[in-house]
Amino acid sequence: MQAGEAIPRGRRSVIFWILGGGFVSSLVSFLYPLIRFLNPPAVSEAAVNEVVGGKVQDLTPNSGKIVRFGAQPVLLIRLTETDWRAFSAVCTHLSCIVQFDSARRVIWCACHNGMYDLNGKVIAGPPPRPLQEYTVNLRGGEVVISRT
Amino acid sequence: MLPTQRGSRAKAVLAWLEERTAWDSIREFVSHKAVPVHSGTIWYAFGGVTLFLFFIQVVTGILLLVYYRPTPNDAYESVQFIMTRVAFGWLIRSIHSWSANLMILAAFVHMFSVVFLHAYRRPRELVWFSGVGLLALALAFGFSGYLLPWNTISYFATKVGTDMATFVPWIGPALGRYLRGGNAVGGATLTRFFGFHVAVLPALTALLLLVHLGLVQKFGISTPPWVQERFRRSGTEIPQMPFFPDFFLHELMAWYGALAVLGALAALFPWELGEKANPFASAPAGIRPEWYFLAPFYTLKLIPGHIFGLEGELVGVLGFGLLALWWVTLPLWGGRPDGSVRMKLVTGAGVALLAYLATFALLGYLR
Amino acid sequence: MRRAFLFLLAAATLPGKDSCLDCHSQLPGDLQKPALAFRDSVHLRNQFTCASCHGGDPNSDDPQVAMSRTRGFVGVPARTAIPKLCAQCHSNPDFMRKYNPSERVDQYAEYATSVHGQRLSRGDTKVAVCVDCHGVHNIVPVRDPTSPVYPLNLPKTCAHCHAQAAYMAPYKIATDQYANYLKSVHWEELSQRGDLSAPNCATCHGNHGARPPAVSSVAAVCGTCHVFEAQLFEKSPHQPVFSSLPTGACVVCHSNHAILKATDRMLSGRDAICSQCHEPDSAGGETAAKMAAMIGSLQKKIEAADAILGRARDSGMEVSDAIERQTDARQSLVKARANVHAFAVPVISQPIQAGLAIAAEDYRAGENALHERNVRRKGLAISLITILIAMAGLWLTLQWIRSRRS
Repeated sequence: MQAGEAIPRGRRSVIFWILGGGFVSSLVSFLYPLIRFLNPPAVSEAAVNEVVGGKVQDLTPNSGKIVRFGAQPVLLIRLTETDWRAFSAVCTHLSCIVQFDSARRVIWCACHNGMYDLNGKVIAGPPPRPLQEYTVNLRGGEVVISRT
Repeated sequence: MLPTQRGSRAKAVLAWLEERTAWDSIREFVSHKAVPVHSGTIWYAFGGVTLFLFFIQVVTGILLLVYYRPTPNDAYESVQFIMTRVAFGWLIRSIHSWSANLMILAAFVHMFSVVFLHAYRRPRELVWFSGVGLLALALAFGFSGYLLPWNTISYFATKVGTDMATFVPWIGPALGRYLRGGNAVGGATLTRFFGFHVAVLPALTALLLLVHLGLVQKFGISTPPWVQERFRRSGTEIPQMPFFPDFFLHELMAWYGALAVLGALAALFPWELGEKANPFASAPAGIRPEWYFLAPFYTLKLIPGHIFGLEGELVGVLGFGLLALWWVTLPLWGGRPDGSVRMKLVTGAGVALLAYLATFALLGYLR
Repeated sequence: MRRAFLFLLAAATLPGKDSCLDCHSQLPGDLQKPALAFRDSVHLRNQFTCASCHGGDPNSDDPQVAMSRTRGFVGVPARTAIPKLCAQCHSNPDFMRKYNPSERVDQYAEYATSVHGQRLSRGDTKVAVCVDCHGVHNIVPVRDPTSPVYPLNLPKTCAHCHAQAAYMAPYKIATDQYANYLKSVHWEELSQRGDLSAPNCATCHGNHGARPPAVSSVAAVCGTCHVFEAQLFEKSPHQPVFSSLPTGACVVCHSNHAILKATDRMLSGRDAICSQCHEPDSAGGETAAKMAAMIGSLQKKIEAADAILGRARDSGMEVSDAIERQTDARQSLVKARANVHAFAVPVISQPIQAGLAIAAEDYRAGENALHERNVRRKGLAISLITILIAMAGLWLTLQWIRSRRS
C-alpha cells in the first residue's frame, strides 16, 4: 500500500463486511446460548428434598412400590386408605432391593430372607441395621415423599 | 471513518449526545492515550485480558446465580441441575470455572510483566499497591467460589484452607471462626462464602479497579527504563502507538482469542461435577488445592512439625505473611525517590519468586 | 441328693472367697494354668467359684478340707459326666434366670439328640463334650470374639477333631470338610466381609444338637436364607429326582462345604454342572443352554451400556441418572440368576426382559450423551470460526487504519 493513496472503495467494504460479519456472528454465537440458558428448563427444579411418588389412587391399600428419590430407591407403602409409609429400599445386609409383603405385612428382602417391620426395624434374618424412614405427605392428590 | 450511507443520521445522533454528556472531553483524552512500542509491548495486553476475563466472570456468575442455591442440601444438586437440565448450563458453568483459572493466570502474568518492565516505579506506586490488592481479591474470589459446588474436593480444600487461617498469631482462631461462620465448615460457611463471592468481593474489586484503572489513565502506560534510556541517548522520541484504535484493536483480538480458548476448554474439557460433599467421610487421599494455592500448600507440607519450638504451620503462615509484605512494598525498596530502580535487585527478586511459585506448584501437583 | 445339696451349698458360699483360686494362682506349672484361665471367664464374673463345678469347700484355706471328698470334691470330672454337670445349672430355667433370663436352657436336651451326645451315652469318650467347644476354665460368652465358638472361630474348633484323619479314622467319615469350607463363599463372607450372619458349621448342622441334615431337609436348611431359590427348587423338576440321590437337593450342584460363588459357567461350557447329567440335545440340556444364553446376553447388554456410559462420562457428559439406573438392570440379572432354580425357561424370561429393557434404555442414554457431546464440539467449531472471522476483521481494519494514516 503506497503512502497517501486511498484504499479503493471495494476493498474497504470487504473489510467492513468481514469485521461486521465477524462481530455479529460471534455475538450471536455468544448470545444464543446465553438467552437459551435463561429460559426455564422443562423440569423446573432439581428434586432434592422431596419427590412426588405418583398419584394417591395409583397405589391400592396394602401394597407397595419402588420410587426413585434422587439417586436412591425408596419403598413407598400404602398400609390402609390413610396410612402411608416410606423407607429406603436398600437392604442393610448386602444392598438388595427390598419389597413389601402384603400377606405378612412386613418388608422382606428376597436375597437372604431378611425381614423388617413396618417401622423399618429388623425382625428376622441377617440385616444389621434398620431401614431409613422417609416422611410421606399427601398434597393435591399426589403422594410427596421427603426426608424426615 | 468507515463508509456508511447513513452517515448524516449517525452524525445527528452523535451531536445530540455530545451536547448532553462529557463525550468531548472523553474523546479528547482517549485520542492522546498512547502505548510505547518496543519489544515488550505485547505484555501490555495482559492487564486488559485480566479485566476482560473478570467481566466474563461477572456475566457468567450472574447467569449462574439464576439457578444456584447456596445451602448444603441444594448446592450440589443445583450445580448438577445446571450441568444437566439447563440449556447451555454446562457451557456457562465450565466457562465460569475455566475463566476463573485463566483470570488468575493472566493476573500473575500481568503482575510479573509489571515487575520485569519496572512499571511500579515512581509515580505509579499506588497502582502497584491497588494491583496487589486486586490479586489478593482474585485469590479470595477463587477460594470462596471453590466451595460453592459443595463437592468433596471443595469441602476438604476449604477445610484445609480455613484451618491454615487459624495459625495466624493472636487472631487465628477468631479468623477461622469468622471465615467458617462457626467451628466447622458447614452450611454457615457456604452461605457466608456465597455472600463474599457475589457481593462483598465484587464491591471491593469495583472500588480497587476504579483506583487502579483511574491511576493508569492519569499516568499513562509506563515505558521500561532501558527503552527510556536508549531514546534519551539517541535524542529521539519513543515510538508510540495510539491506544485507540490501534492498541485497542490488538486488545480486542486478544479478548477474542481468550474467548476462543475458553469455549474450547469448556467444550473439550468440561469442569467436573465431582461427588457431593460428605462432612463425615475422611478426606480423600492426595487432596490438594487449585494450582494457584499449590506453592504455599506444598511449602507447608515440607515444613517440619516444629521449628525452634514453634509449630510448623505457624512458621509457614508467618513466612507467607512476611513474603506478602515484602512483595507489596516492592516499589518502596525496589524504586528510588528519583524514579530510578534497583533493576538487578528487583529483576532478581521477580525471577526468584516466579521460580519458587512455579517449582513448588509443580512439585505440589506431582507429589 | 447329698451331692445336689453340697453343690448348692458351694454355690451359695460367701461371695468373693475362693480359696481354690487363691491357692492355685500361686502354684507352679500346670497347677496354676486353670486358675489363670478362670480369671477371664464369665463364671468368675458371675461370682462362681472352682467349687461350683469341682465341688469342695472354697471357704477353707486348708487343702485337706478344701479338696475333701466329704465336702463334695470330685477332682477332674469324667468326660462322660461333663454334660450333665454343666446341665445342672444350664438346663435349670429358674437358676439361669438369675444371671441371664433370655439364655436358652435346652442345650443338654439338644445334645442328647446329637451324634456327639448319643455316642457319649454309649461310652465313646472321643466325641465332643461341652468343654471341648466352649473351653474349660476360660469360658466366655459366645458373643465374645475370643470364644472358641464365636462365629469366626467356630469352624476351626470343629476342625480340631473333624479335620484330623487319624482321630476320625474309627468313624469312617470324611475329614476334608474344614478344608473345603475354607474355600467357600460363606467363609469368605464371614472372614473377609465380617458378615456374622454368614453360615458356619453350626448354622447348618446345629450346635448342641449337631448332626448332618437329612437328605430330605437339605433344601430346607439352605432355604432358611436362600428362600427364593429353595421355593423355586421345590416346584422344579429337579426336586423329585434329587431327593433320591445320596447327597440331596442343593448339595448335588453346589456341594455341601466347598460352596463356591455360583457363576454362569455352571450352566454351560466346560465347567458346566448341567452337562454332567443332561445330554446337550435333551430337554434339560436345551433348557440349560437357553438359560445360559439369555443370562449371557443380559450380562453383555449391561456391560455394553456400562462401557458407553463410562465413555460419555469420561468425556465430561453428565450421565449419572443412567448410571444409577444400571443398578436396576443388575438387580434384574441377580433375579434371573436366582430364577435359574426353577429350571424352566419361562421363569427367567421375565427378569431377563425387564433387565434388557433397562439396559437398552441406558445404552440409548449413553448414545444420546455422546451425540450431544459431538453437537457441542460442532457448536464450538462454529463459534471458533466466527471468532476467527472477527479477529481477521479486526486485524484487517487495523492494517487499513495504519495504511490510511501513512
